[in-house]
Amino acid sequence: MTQPTTANAASRGFLTEGGKYPGLLGWIFSTDHKRIGLLYMYSVLAFFLVGVTLGVIIRLELIAPGETIVSAQTYNALFTVHGVIMIFLFIIPGFPAIFGNLFLPIHIGANDVAFPRLNLFSWWLYMAAAALILISLFTGGGPPDTGWTFYVPFSAQTTTNVPLAAFGAFVLGFSSILTGINFVTTVHRLRAPGVYWGRLTLFVWSLYATAWVQILATPMLAITLVLLILERLLGAGLFDPGSGGDPIMFQHLFWIYSHPAVYIMVLPAMGIVSDIIPVFARKPVFGYWAIAFSSIGIASAGSLVWGHHMFVSGMSDMAILVFSLLTFIVAIPSAVKVFNWVATLYKGSISLDPPMLFALTFIFLFSIGGLTGLILGSAATDVHVHDTNFVVGHFHYVMFGGTGFAFFGAMHYWFPKIYGRMYHKKVATLAWGIMFTGFNILYFSMMILGLRGMPRRYYDYLPEYTDLNRVATVGSWILVAGLLLMFVNLIRGARHGAEAGGNPWGGLTLEWTLPSPPPAENFATIPVVDHGPYDYDRVSPPHE
Amino acid sequence: MNPSLITTTEAVDRVFLYIFGISVILLLAITAVMVWFVIKYHRTRQPQPQPSPRYNLWLETAWTVIPTLIVLSMFWYGWQGYTTLRDVPENALDVRVTGRKWVWSFTYPNGRTSDILVVPVGRPIRLDITSEDVLHSFFIPAFRIKRDAVPGMHTFEWFVASEPGTYDAFCAEYCGVGHAKMITTVAAKPDQDFEEWYEQEPSGEADGHEEGRQLLASHGCTGCHSLDGAKMVGPTLLGIFGREVTVTTNGVERSLTVDREYLERSILRPRVDLVKGYPPVMPPNAGLSPEDLEEIVEYLQELR
Repeated sequence: MTQPTTANAASRGFLTEGGKYPGLLGWIFSTDHKRIGLLYMYSVLAFFLVGVTLGVIIRLELIAPGETIVSAQTYNALFTVHGVIMIFLFIIPGFPAIFGNLFLPIHIGANDVAFPRLNLFSWWLYMAAAALILISLFTGGGPPDTGWTFYVPFSAQTTTNVPLAAFGAFVLGFSSILTGINFVTTVHRLRAPGVYWGRLTLFVWSLYATAWVQILATPMLAITLVLLILERLLGAGLFDPGSGGDPIMFQHLFWIYSHPAVYIMVLPAMGIVSDIIPVFARKPVFGYWAIAFSSIGIASAGSLVWGHHMFVSGMSDMAILVFSLLTFIVAIPSAVKVFNWVATLYKGSISLDPPMLFALTFIFLFSIGGLTGLILGSAATDVHVHDTNFVVGHFHYVMFGGTGFAFFGAMHYWFPKIYGRMYHKKVATLAWGIMFTGFNILYFSMMILGLRGMPRRYYDYLPEYTDLNRVATVGSWILVAGLLLMFVNLIRGARHGAEAGGNPWGGLTLEWTLPSPPPAENFATIPVVDHGPYDYDRVSPPHE
Repeated sequence: MNPSLITTTEAVDRVFLYIFGISVILLLAITAVMVWFVIKYHRTRQPQPQPSPRYNLWLETAWTVIPTLIVLSMFWYGWQGYTTLRDVPENALDVRVTGRKWVWSFTYPNGRTSDILVVPVGRPIRLDITSEDVLHSFFIPAFRIKRDAVPGMHTFEWFVASEPGTYDAFCAEYCGVGHAKMITTVAAKPDQDFEEWYEQEPSGEADGHEEGRQLLASHGCTGCHSLDGAKMVGPTLLGIFGREVTVTTNGVERSLTVDREYLERSILRPRVDLVKGYPPVMPPNAGLSPEDLEEIVEYLQELR
């Protein structure tokens, strides 16, 4: 504990101490897990902003019935590309590839991941896949218009550029699998002395569960997309009933990956919330093992519930019975987590700094997302709301309200560690308030629209749905205003913020023992850990 | 209507009420406790944390077992409601629903076809659903029913309208550029009115124009092609005959004047000549009868 609290002025840790090459090359060919994490962060956030822009255009089109600013064909391409970018390029790689890379090795007292070069290769695969997807927008028959689900027979028949976009998603899958393999190996092999399994941070536990899903489920996506490409290019007839194929089989194959993918998106978010709450409540996390094992429970049970996307597809009633039951089972470990988080607050000393605000908001918005998920898991009610705006509102509550807000929480939590500077906290709180308001106006309206029967993927709608659509569009403006304010505040903070010191929040996990930003080689000597990550009742935080 | 018959709307709405009711209570409880803790133990009031246990077996067990019982009850209640949706009452009237880009058509037991779904009040209707091209989904929000239309497969759903009136029916499974226009109406009529409609010959013999117009509507053409000059997904049909158009044939651009031969080819195999400036999305109409084709082309010749 004798290290300086900040790196000295000339050197800003890994941000300036490069690898073998100078300048940009020192980044794109760096095998340092922190530099790769930041590479991911900048590329993923760039795509996030593209996705946001497309979303805003979609909402603008829906401000009034009829064709408003874009044609039907353009609208179909917009929601397809919005979905593909947000899911495959933002939210799936978001947590593991950015914050997993930046902090998983440090959390277990390691100097890097198990396979640093494979790690860099994963980022290159990600960029190559992103390039393929971008090229698919401007070549061939134009941007894909199938929705991100690529359902056959439509996707086999449309003249738009589906094969290239599907191939892009295929390549992305490999990036995801390799990251998963890297993390599992790292957690098993590179824990520092004293970091036994019961001392892993819950963020690492969640990444570990996620990594297994990435390894086991992603190959299904790869196979499905290859079959789709064969169907299109060779007329293989796998999914075409006219040639003996089955369109419902495609849906099974697609969701066997794409439902577990939801847990790839949300598990690490739950992990970071489990890490933030103890720090800002100054309390050991309540029910450590319950939270850790519920991550494993969600990852395993979540792999068996894909059929709840298909209750009206024509699938057998027997299958619906089983998938509905299993879907309700997955709700239990999620509920257990929520109760343990709230119990952690009990008798704490709570400060509402921006990371904590985002973490508590996660609990609220994720609860709404989870509880509306019960409506979708129940067979009778799912029939009514399936493929309506209700579903769109629901999954934005889980993915954006849940994972998105946890992602912003993680950015605000680790920001001073990454850049060594602090953003303006009051502005961050203001941005949070604006986003929270806009978010609920936007997506709650969509859920009501769905309950009233408005199908999703409609660029035009009947006049009775006008009012709520208008409200939702106004909500999207508020949400975007908050987002912009947040990003401006963070960018200003990275450049001009006050020096943050080594441990501004009073955290107990290993990254807070390092200077901010951390040096290129994390630990001069591998630490020997003698306490758990949340032992606020036994030890005091370093540098306080 | 048989008073003991549970309608699909009733069966589903009671499940909605049950799940939403419990969910609202849970959400309010969790949020209230969270907010209460944050206020009570805020650092301004509570500068230091107080000692408290890290784990409590009874609590963990309680908040695992109680939610399990709650969700299992929701599952069972939802499944019960669903069985009502699958259990078609006897004496149901069988109507065939065919989805194609981007129109619904309904065929009745006596061969009567229609592009809106006319039903008698109080009598259960069994819909036998299929598709001619891609996936569609036949959705009537008022009756809480939805089922995909899958090519090469027959699916079913049923409902009963207890009140006369008109209700919206949508396509809920994304099916391309005309998806949002694939909307039709359910018209529930009292028995006598329905019987009258049901036995009536489809009109149109009197007025050739009217028949052509109806054929265009029932085959879904007017979802993308206007008859009044407005630009929609496809070119307008107003004054189509004799129009100079630029088309791409086998990748080569050429100009031509619209004649009978071109119209027939474009209706049956629309991807042969692609009109410049429009997306290549029109589905082929191989199943169109020669008489109907003749009627449509006649009508288009006169549409000015």
